[in-house]
Amino acid sequence: MSEKHSVDRRDFLKTAAVTGAAALSAGSAAAAAQAPQGTPPTQASAPVAPREVDPGGNVEVLTTDRPGGDFMVDVIKTLDFEFIASNPGSSFRGIHESIINYGNNTKPEFITCCHEESAVAMAHGYFKAEGRPMAVLCHGTVGMQHAAMAIYNAYCDRVPVYVLAGNSLDATLRRPGVEWAHSVQDAAAMVRDFIKWDDQPISLPHFAESAMRAYKIAMTPPMMPVLLVIDGGLQEDPISHEVSSRLRIPRLTVATPPQGDSGAVAEAARLLVNAQNPVIVADRAARTPAGITHLISLAEALQAPVVSQGGRMNFPSRHPLNQTSNSRQLIADADVILGLELTDFWGTVSAMRDGLTRTSRSLVKPGTKLISITALDLATKGNYQDFQRYPEVDVAMAADAEATLPALVEACKRATSSDRRSAFEARGKRLATAHASALERARAEAAYAWDASPISTARMTMELWAQIKNEDWALVAESGIMSDWTARLWSFEKHYQSLGGSGGAGVGYGAPAAVGAALANKKHGRLSVTIQGDGDFLYAPGVWWTAAHHRIPLLAVMHNNRAYHQEVMHVQRMANRHNRGITRAHIGTTIDDPNVDFAKIAQGLGVHAQGPITNPNDLGPAIKRALDVVKRGEPSLIDVVTQPR
Amino acid sequence: MNVMKSLVFGLQSAVLGLLLVAAVSAQTPAPQPNAASLGNVEAGKKLFVSDGCYQCHGYEAQGSNATGPRLGPRPIAFAAFSRYVRQPTGQMPPYTTKVVSDADLTNIYAFVSSRPAPAANILLLK
Repeated sequence: MSEKHSVDRRDFLKTAAVTGAAALSAGSAAAAAQAPQGTPPTQASAPVAPREVDPGGNVEVLTTDRPGGDFMVDVIKTLDFEFIASNPGSSFRGIHESIINYGNNTKPEFITCCHEESAVAMAHGYFKAEGRPMAVLCHGTVGMQHAAMAIYNAYCDRVPVYVLAGNSLDATLRRPGVEWAHSVQDAAAMVRDFIKWDDQPISLPHFAESAMRAYKIAMTPPMMPVLLVIDGGLQEDPISHEVSSRLRIPRLTVATPPQGDSGAVAEAARLLVNAQNPVIVADRAARTPAGITHLISLAEALQAPVVSQGGRMNFPSRHPLNQTSNSRQLIADADVILGLELTDFWGTVSAMRDGLTRTSRSLVKPGTKLISITALDLATKGNYQDFQRYPEVDVAMAADAEATLPALVEACKRATSSDRRSAFEARGKRLATAHASALERARAEAAYAWDASPISTARMTMELWAQIKNEDWALVAESGIMSDWTARLWSFEKHYQSLGGSGGAGVGYGAPAAVGAALANKKHGRLSVTIQGDGDFLYAPGVWWTAAHHRIPLLAVMHNNRAYHQEVMHVQRMANRHNRGITRAHIGTTIDDPNVDFAKIAQGLGVHAQGPITNPNDLGPAIKRALDVVKRGEPSLIDVVTQPR
Repeated sequence: MNVMKSLVFGLQSAVLGLLLVAAVSAQTPAPQPNAASLGNVEAGKKLFVSDGCYQCHGYEAQGSNATGPRLGPRPIAFAAFSRYVRQPTGQMPPYTTKVVSDADLTNIYAFVSSRPAPAANILLLK
């Protein structure tokens, strides 16, 4: 860009600043009274006007004390974000400076991340622990490209993440070189297929309205990420008189989630009450602690088994009606299946054999009635295929399961006769016996390979459980397939004790999501623990520096099987199918030669770390040492070399 | 709680077919000591790794509910074991004689048969 362009930019700023000064000369009490204080999302804020600016006279105006970014911070504070996670980028330097200075770096507090994927995944984990969204700032183009994978995970997991991305719209005002490479006509295009809504406001009043709208849309089930693209000029330039007169922050009222139609609820209740073998299957059903309470009420009203597919903490693991371990037989015997926010109802009632020819078969008896309650029936995206195969159900409620459960519980109670109540009680006793048997079976199976090295995943699970079970603990992530030992052997009761998975199965979610959830748990005094996969660790390990830098207490115990083990098995499958043997299945799938020294990496990032631990008898003392560190308010990692699964 | 189920990528279904084997195991009166004694445990241990059995069943043949059932220390009868390895009905990939010879399979069988029974009264499992 020529020098003339730079002069034009200065002239533009000068004009804008003088205009702002003119606005001030008109006088505004509201301007002086305006303070950068956040208010709860449901309250309206006062109109906002600029502060005094230097009139400048005939000299070039070089400063402003009221850039657009300050107003953006006023808006963001109104939404009551605790944190805003980001890897820094010049396309949002204006709002960055406004957050840390004008906003005093509180609500939101800037969380420094080393990768945009980490920032978004932190927000993903944070929401599931805290129940409200975290904001994320992404650099124009390159930052969004880095963030895309984590945004997709959040989208698939139906988690709202509030993304703000910088951009430079006016081509004549871009700095030469890099700013052009980071600017884009339609910044949201690359992620629009897997976010719920986006906008690119062209004025500050427009920003304020879109900011409220984005929050409301993100928080209405089915919840998903949203994106606001914020122009650099809008952030950096002084607020003009004309604009200041129009500045206000609209009132936000978050929408109530959709409930199932009353007729459909009554029909579902009739089917459930009259069923001989009903089964309740829940995936992302409990959005809040109330969801667990409602599901317990329904299960107990019917004395019906509950199978949790683990998308959220739906049901206490030691409740006698929790029959997750017996799901296959229950599905086969069922005459009515109620699916609550299932990711894959078809896959719940069908099996596919991944052989040379792919074949599928039904797992349920002919005539089994299927009832679905899911807000996903309101989702309309078509490009990415995460919606799974079409399920043929008998009752479909396009509604939020948690919001519908109270009405369904009442409908079931009303429809229950004394005869049915007696049958329910008998069923409940049988299920309680089955639950106890399943727990004993799990304990018996866990004993095999107890003293093995590599360490068995069951041993690791129980060494950890022994030292956290009396704490206010939360398993914030589990990146690695561990034979469901935690679900089978631990006692999960509270909504924050299990947060589900990544959603899109994009590896690299585990570490940042755990750090984000641990950040949420910190103020509650909860002990955050995560099972950390080795492959997941290596995607963006800089998030461990973020944990150390921001003093986020988190105990990470590694499930280090030294492989992308899922892929080892897939290559093995292909090699066997092609009758070639599997001696080369490790090529491209294992993480050894050299073995990664995860403890050394973590230590280099400022995290207390131990390992590799290969002797199972060393594990308990290592966990104790790590817990001492975590209880001091810092992260700690233990590298444990484990069995594959 | 089953948080990585999506990553299992269908392999949990493998349990279906292999659980049938496990069920047979539970009903089998006793292992066939002759078949186990014919094989070489140390050779079988190496083959259990190099042939990839450990990938689904663990290095100690302890099994996983996500991938494949426990195979030892009391496996199903060798004839059924061999038949399933050659012609699996579930998600397990087939191992033909071209990939795993009958002699190698006998050694593998000896290895899984030799796995120790778990210790009783493990405090952490109470």
